[in-house]
Amino acid sequence: MLFEPLISPFIEFAFMRRALVGCLALSLAAPPLGVFLVLRRLSLIGDALGHAILPGVALGATLGGLSLAAMSAGGLVAGLAIVLLAGLAARGTGLREDASLAGFYLVALALGVVIVSAGSPGVDLMDLLFGAVLGVDDGALLFIASVATLTLVSLALMWRPLVVETFDPGFLRHAGGGGVAWHLMFLALVVLTLVAAFHALGTLMAVGLMMLPATGARFWSATVGGQVVAAVMMAMVASVLGLVVSFHADVPSGPAIVLAAGALWVAGLLAGPRGSLLRQRISRPHLAG
Amino acid sequence: MFRRRTLLASTLAAAALAAPRAACALDPRLAVASFSILADFLREIGGSILEVDSIVGPEMDAHGFQPAPTDAQKLARARFVVINGLGFEGWMPRLIRASGFRGREIVASRGIATLKAKDHGHSHGHGHGHGHGHGHGHSHSHGEHDPHIWQDPRRAQAMVRNIAEGLAAADQEAAEAYRTGAARYVAQLQELDAWVEAQFAAIPRARRRVVTSHDAFAYYGARYGIDFLSPQGISTSAEPSAQQIARLVQQIRRERIGAIFIEAGASPRVLEQVAAESGARIGGKLYADALSRPDGPAPTYIALIRHNTRAIVEALAG
Repeated sequence: MLFEPLISPFIEFAFMRRALVGCLALSLAAPPLGVFLVLRRLSLIGDALGHAILPGVALGATLGGLSLAAMSAGGLVAGLAIVLLAGLAARGTGLREDASLAGFYLVALALGVVIVSAGSPGVDLMDLLFGAVLGVDDGALLFIASVATLTLVSLALMWRPLVVETFDPGFLRHAGGGGVAWHLMFLALVVLTLVAAFHALGTLMAVGLMMLPATGARFWSATVGGQVVAAVMMAMVASVLGLVVSFHADVPSGPAIVLAAGALWVAGLLAGPRGSLLRQRISRPHLAG
Repeated sequence: MFRRRTLLASTLAAAALAAPRAACALDPRLAVASFSILADFLREIGGSILEVDSIVGPEMDAHGFQPAPTDAQKLARARFVVINGLGFEGWMPRLIRASGFRGREIVASRGIATLKAKDHGHSHGHGHGHGHGHGHGHSHSHGEHDPHIWQDPRRAQAMVRNIAEGLAAADQEAAEAYRTGAARYVAQLQELDAWVEAQFAAIPRARRRVVTSHDAFAYYGARYGIDFLSPQGISTSAEPSAQQIARLVQQIRRERIGAIFIEAGASPRVLEQVAAESGARIGGKLYADALSRPDGPAPTYIALIRHNTRAIVEALAG
């Protein structure tokens, strides 16, 4: 039974099945957004937004207890507020958007830690930062699945303008496509997905499932569509692999999933079919000759 | 360990310096207990005569306690000091020496039958072949005897008598008052003991199985026929692995655990999953080594035992 160790944890334990379903749903929604972030040279924005939702989540947890709705609403509001503030600050002052975002997210992170420390004693900072994949309950699962669905549908609807805006923003503006609006809608989707991912992986680890498969995907495909498919596949493999490793090797689950995604990224970097180190080594003599 | 020792030694040295012996007048009414539960006993026995203080206060952990200079000053003025003994407050003998304490030292556990300190297994042997825990939440070693004897209200009665006799021997004038106070309180503790027994009467013996990360309830378990098992897998690390959670679920299923009381380690959401999966119930906080603050659920010893009993019965009754 070669596959028995892969399957048995999920057959025996419901918490493993829930964690798996939650991660697979996230694997459908987060990596495509990550691919666009990479293409738009905004790779670190995911990280920044991950931190930005912390004060909202903490405030929600302090006011509404550890309820799914309170924490989600708080995180969403905080994330969107930071996106808008950073955008406004960038346009109003000429400060680059990434710089103003860096400023806002650091403030938000510190604010979040302060709120957690001062707030209700039941809220644990480690829990908010690193999440509890194994604690995903029915409510969280439903929320994650809904957000994943919404994100995928929205992404499909805005695919064309988003691709155009990514590669040739000038053209879209000339054609009357409203570049800024797409950009903000896209960032709103990123925030929404991060809030959903937070329930499983925490604010810090959630970004891992979004960005690592996305950066790895470019070693597998040249087209945007191909990269999205590759990223989703890698995220799914990482989810299963991470949970199974966490089960058999006794390591924390969230980091195990992110490490699995990291391993896949490194594998792509070393030996992927496109632009990897191995590929470059092989093709050099061919080009020289 | 070495670092903690030197730290403790330097604290004690500082404490001794800060409390010049001659400067402190002996307070004939001051009785100092090593921790909050003994202070409660003292108040019940001689509250009208004595001024009672404790070194380790409510909600404080006596295990990793670091004495401060004011603690040594307290002891230097005190006429009585009451300790549990059995190595529970291992830092206390040195603090007493360093403070220049001149009063009478009373060991509350003297002459009381003890249980062997368990290597984090279950509370008393029934011949089940349980595997022993790997990650323990609350590990500390006191030597060969389990020092948490106050958790059994019957042994608590013996402790109260010990303390009263100690007080009476040194303070002949008030001896009668101490004995009266102790007799009145012992009667209350007997009532408490009967009440606890009645609470568990409705729960079949086989269902009285609880997992807790505290290893302080062996005496309580022995008295009322409850198996306290330490959780397998769960450690105090930030995030549990899937394997740790799986081990805990398997343990609960295998050993038919009714309730789990785990404070440290896993997040409440993970524990809820464990409960849903295994059929065990999640209990609230159990008070082991310290009382709560006055506005909490366990401000006195009797309230503490009642609170713990209610929490366990509620979780087991399902």
